[in-house]
Amino acid sequence: MHARRALTTAPLTLSLAVCLAATAACSVGGGTTEQATGPDGATKTVVVATHDSWAMSKKVLRQFTAETGYTVKVEPNGDAGQLTNKLVLTQGSPIADMAYGIDNTFASRAVDEGVLADYSPADLPASASSYALPDTVEAQQLTPVDYGDVCVNVDDTWFAKHGVTPPKTLDDLTNPAYKGLFVTPGASSSSPGLAFLLATVAKYGDAWPTYWKKLMANDTLITSGWSDAYEVDFTAGGGGGDRPIVLSYASSPPFTIPKGASRPTTSALLDTCFRQVEYAGLLKGAKNPKGAQAFIDFMEQKSFQEALPDNMYVFPVDQDAALPTDWAKFAKVAPKPFTVPPADIAKNRDTWLREWSDVTTR
Amino acid sequence: MRPRTLVALAALPLVALGLFVVLPVAGMVGRGFAPDGDLDVAGVLEVLGRPRVHRVLWFTVWSAGLATIGTVLAGLPVAFVLYRLRFRGRELLRAFVLMPFVMPTVVVGVAFRTLLVPSGPLGALQLDGTPTAIIAAMVFFNLAVVVRTVGSLWAGLDRRREEAAAALGASPLQVLRTVTLPALTPGIVSAASVVFLFCATSFGVVLTLGGLRYATVETEIYLLTTQLLDLQAAAALSLLQIVVVAALLYAAQRTRASREQPLDRAAERDATRRPRRRDLVVVAVTGLVLALVAAPLLTLVLRSLRVGSTWGLGHYRDLFTTGEGGALLVPVTTALANSWRVAVDATLLAMLLGVLVAVVVSRRPKARAERRALSVLDSVFMLPLGVSAVTIGFGFLVTLDRPPLDLRSSPVLVPIAQAMVALPLVVRTLVPVLRSVEPRQRQAAASLGASPVRVALTVDLPVVWRPLLAATGFAFAVSLGEFGATSFLSRPDRPTLPVVIYQLVSRPGETNFGMALAASVVLGLVTVAVMAAVERLRLGSVGAF
Repeated sequence: MHARRALTTAPLTLSLAVCLAATAACSVGGGTTEQATGPDGATKTVVVATHDSWAMSKKVLRQFTAETGYTVKVEPNGDAGQLTNKLVLTQGSPIADMAYGIDNTFASRAVDEGVLADYSPADLPASASSYALPDTVEAQQLTPVDYGDVCVNVDDTWFAKHGVTPPKTLDDLTNPAYKGLFVTPGASSSSPGLAFLLATVAKYGDAWPTYWKKLMANDTLITSGWSDAYEVDFTAGGGGGDRPIVLSYASSPPFTIPKGASRPTTSALLDTCFRQVEYAGLLKGAKNPKGAQAFIDFMEQKSFQEALPDNMYVFPVDQDAALPTDWAKFAKVAPKPFTVPPADIAKNRDTWLREWSDVTTR
Repeated sequence: MRPRTLVALAALPLVALGLFVVLPVAGMVGRGFAPDGDLDVAGVLEVLGRPRVHRVLWFTVWSAGLATIGTVLAGLPVAFVLYRLRFRGRELLRAFVLMPFVMPTVVVGVAFRTLLVPSGPLGALQLDGTPTAIIAAMVFFNLAVVVRTVGSLWAGLDRRREEAAAALGASPLQVLRTVTLPALTPGIVSAASVVFLFCATSFGVVLTLGGLRYATVETEIYLLTTQLLDLQAAAALSLLQIVVVAALLYAAQRTRASREQPLDRAAERDATRRPRRRDLVVVAVTGLVLALVAAPLLTLVLRSLRVGSTWGLGHYRDLFTTGEGGALLVPVTTALANSWRVAVDATLLAMLLGVLVAVVVSRRPKARAERRALSVLDSVFMLPLGVSAVTIGFGFLVTLDRPPLDLRSSPVLVPIAQAMVALPLVVRTLVPVLRSVEPRQRQAAASLGASPVRVALTVDLPVVWRPLLAATGFAFAVSLGEFGATSFLSRPDRPTLPVVIYQLVSRPGETNFGMALAASVVLGLVTVAVMAAVERLRLGSVGAF
């Protein structure tokens, strides 16, 4: 029997070895992502944990390498919430050297959980200070890089065709004239959705659930994500949907300029906006703190700031940075966006989201 | 085979399962149980007592249950037509059935909703945002599991028994009920349990089509972990999920074990026949099911060809770029190449582990204790399907982050994770067939002096080659389409195709959206091409043995 068992296992072992060899050969592998090191043995790679919306032109990143000798390696990690939560969970053995993309709705959680180290660039653009976090401890750890306004958008073509005046304010959305016309991504599953919830919290205070009840009574549609709302339900979104009012960004209208035309067919309602500011910060326990600091510095420079609109559809915090032509014309910034102090958001987010779910799901 | 041999064979898959499923899940659940370092069982129990949790659990069970029943009912006629009847284009249809299985849920969600919104082609049905839409999408995604698992078993079934019953005066329905279905039961239960697990753990479909109105255990875990960071509640739900899944698997395993029997094998290689007039109903039903599967796919194809206000291949040409405004780090074509390489690795690994597991759990030891041990083992390898991808994904981050196993940023994690997801499918495809081999054939061959290898080659392989190919195709498809775990683990500079599709969908710009649709169509076509090739290959290779 022993001989027999040996016979059974031998070919198996063999095939196992062959398979493993084959796996190694055609694999993913080969390429281990080794960290480049400089002559002094110090690492020359800066690992940046970001959200999935990260995009930056190679030219700008090459400029950073030319100026500092460091190479940037990007690690996208879901949306701002997932990014923050991942950083919290991996505290102690961080997945990167620095983080970019934590916004004002998650800033307090990141700071409170202690995942960040103090660092603030020496020469910030003058206008950056107006986007800094109000809390001084938080401001020392997170540097504002860019901002974007989450606003209700309307399909002007649709309203002109139907001879209806488009809405202007949050109150208008509960007007029966706009019944069944509004679609928004949900607050519990999408970051613009959460921003819209916060806009209503800022506007109505503790009475926001009443507003949402009216909104739901006016047949508002809630989708799970932004793309679903914009690309399926919005009339101007390419899917040929049924709803001419959608929650999107102040920067969305320039994307609806038809080929050959010079004006967008949609516009953002600037009285309905919540401002999202995105921050960069050095991670506690970073392997390459020097490189991370250099990149945070670089993010505040003109070349990076001016590349932000075209790459990530956000506005630079440096007001002197030049905007692309279409943006300068059609992507307006809300003069007085709604705001909620980050500390309040951190304290109440879970309660608000639970209450919101109760109101919207029934 | 001796118990010790079995243990040796099972060792490698068990180690893999322990490292890449049990350890990460334990890591996350552990954090939930001890939020501040102290064990807090009461807090977890409190979560399980919430009325919302009960509602969520109930919705998960009934929606997945109905979807499973629907998938089996829709899948059986299709399996019969595609695997028992002989007609032109059969291979292509078999490959086509697998297409939905690899489609990214975000994109299919968009396709479904385009059909169902009030102004869409099916708007009159008023299904947008209803549980019916969710269940229909679940059937759409999982049809292939039933068709292929049951089909490959059915294809090898000897027709003479049915013919004998018919000759003795049984009506076609009686033949089906008394001869065919009992023989297929193990395969059906196998497929149904896999489908149930896929449905019960799907969250993209539920969120997209339900518009947040419906919550399943999986969507709750997803929101609790990624948005609220309420690890305690997430751990409680993960645990609940595991308990429910384990109970279900055990029940399914009992049902299968009591029904499994050695089957007469088709003497001739091909048990198929030409369609006859009395097949009309079943062919019509199959046609209807396939048309319903094709509808969302067609919507996708049409929308991918829509460039601005004209038609064209612009979005397909854009696949060589990184998208509007540099949405991606690599061109979509590079992601496709990555997907291909990862899928080859994952398939090899899944087949290696899957064959080992299948060989072990398909034995029929005499001792009760051993039998019981095997049935537990059988269920254990199904677990990866029943455990939340979010929990496993975050678990990798918190447990595999320090030596000796610092794999967090290693590129081998992706194929490993995909192989763990494909493993249950491989096992479930192979085990019913291996169990249906008459053990006395093996004994006879052995007593005539055949070595174990020779026994395997002459007795098992002729029966198993068909399901082996089916399983290989399945594993490949799972790997190509896998998103849940991959999205957590894939390297940013080497994303797979579903990962870049997701990135494209979530960025503004018509071009990016169009590219996402085009990329999904390409993903589906590549899968169909591979499956069609596998179907051809299997005909050529039989003669070798």
